Amino acid sequence: MSGFQRFLQNMGQGFLEKVAAFGRGSLFIWSILAAIPSALFRFDLLLKQIYVTGVLSLPIILMAGLFVGMVLSLQGYNILVEFNAEEAVGSMTALSLLRELGPVVGGLLFAGRAGSALTAEIGLMRSTEQISALEMMAVDPLKFIYAPRFLAVIIVLPLLVLIFNALGVFGGYLVSVSWLGVDSGAFWSQMSSQVDWQEDVLNGVIKSVAFGVLIAVIALFQGVNAIPSSEGVSNATTRTVVHASLGILGLDFILTSIMFN
Amino acid sequence: MKKQTKIEIWVGAFVLMSLMALAYLAFQVSNFSGWKDRPTYEVSALFDNIGGLKERAPLKLSGVVIGRITAIEIDPISFKARVHMKIDQAFNQLPVDSSVSILTSGLLGDQYVGLEPGGDEEVLQQGSEIEMTQSAMVLEELIGQFLVKFSESD
Repeated sequence: MSGFQRFLQNMGQGFLEKVAAFGRGSLFIWSILAAIPSALFRFDLLLKQIYVTGVLSLPIILMAGLFVGMVLSLQGYNILVEFNAEEAVGSMTALSLLRELGPVVGGLLFAGRAGSALTAEIGLMRSTEQISALEMMAVDPLKFIYAPRFLAVIIVLPLLVLIFNALGVFGGYLVSVSWLGVDSGAFWSQMSSQVDWQEDVLNGVIKSVAFGVLIAVIALFQGVNAIPSSEGVSNATTRTVVHASLGILGLDFILTSIMFN
Repeated sequence: MKKQTKIEIWVGAFVLMSLMALAYLAFQVSNFSGWKDRPTYEVSALFDNIGGLKERAPLKLSGVVIGRITAIEIDPISFKARVHMKIDQAFNQLPVDSSVSILTSGLLGDQYVGLEPGGDEEVLQQGSEIEMTQSAMVLEELIGQFLVKFSESD
């Protein structure tokens, strides 16, 4: 009987911990949201974070966008050429980039590049008691540390995804028109007749904003909740990447089923 | 150069780059410059069977896109499919006895509406109805007719 009791106790404990973590997370999000207006007044802090998360992520996004577009059109060409429909490779590349691959791959790369850095930075700030020092000086870490980072991630990810998409389409153009000899007129005209500005381009942007919110919340929350030791910070960084990546993939399915159904 | 200035320049370049990407996606990749701003007028037509016609399919005159399908619904009186289409105001000289038919682009392509101009003096206006229509070719019906003919000739 005691074994069963222990099982029940473990289960109850685990459940209560999850509920408590969920509550802490919600309170944390709420307090960040409340601090956003004052973050807008410290424009220099926001710019610094946009630089750190956005501009420094550009190389990886540029390379990835180009190569994803090139590979997509190469694979698409190999299949479409069997049906004599190789002109459709342009619209296929553009649609898959704009609807899915741009926001998702961009978000995954961004979570690995910038989300993990955010968690590590905030975790280390806490473990070296910089945040407590700020509080001692009556500087609100919510306004000074968290809100600018939160806002920067949400602003930066859609911009990065737009650049990723544009370069992906350009990569597809390079491979299919310059290399494989698809007619360039048919390539562009098929693309622009198939791709809808609102349905495809804007929905992709909305997706990337949602992923930005997800990454920002997870990265900041893991940083704040990290156990203040070197092991704790490293675990929190790992958790940020894993949770954000899985969250992006799951949320993508939900958003796709709402948007394209 | 001051560090803050450098950051500002980089962020400015980044934002400019993404705006250029957005413009590229809007004008080169998608149909943003399409039918949004041009004035249009709406006409409708009754079809027996629209086959696989979808909303937003193009309306073509001699192969040139002159409008789009805006809505497809069932006419409550005749139980036929009523197809509403928007035509660009630049093509406001189409005779009222023009006929429309549902065609397919290529063997496996999407379906679109093709417009064949008539010879009447009056022209199509906002709200007018195109009377002469030809339904989509449904492959199953064609095969059915063929089989009937085939068995009759035996």
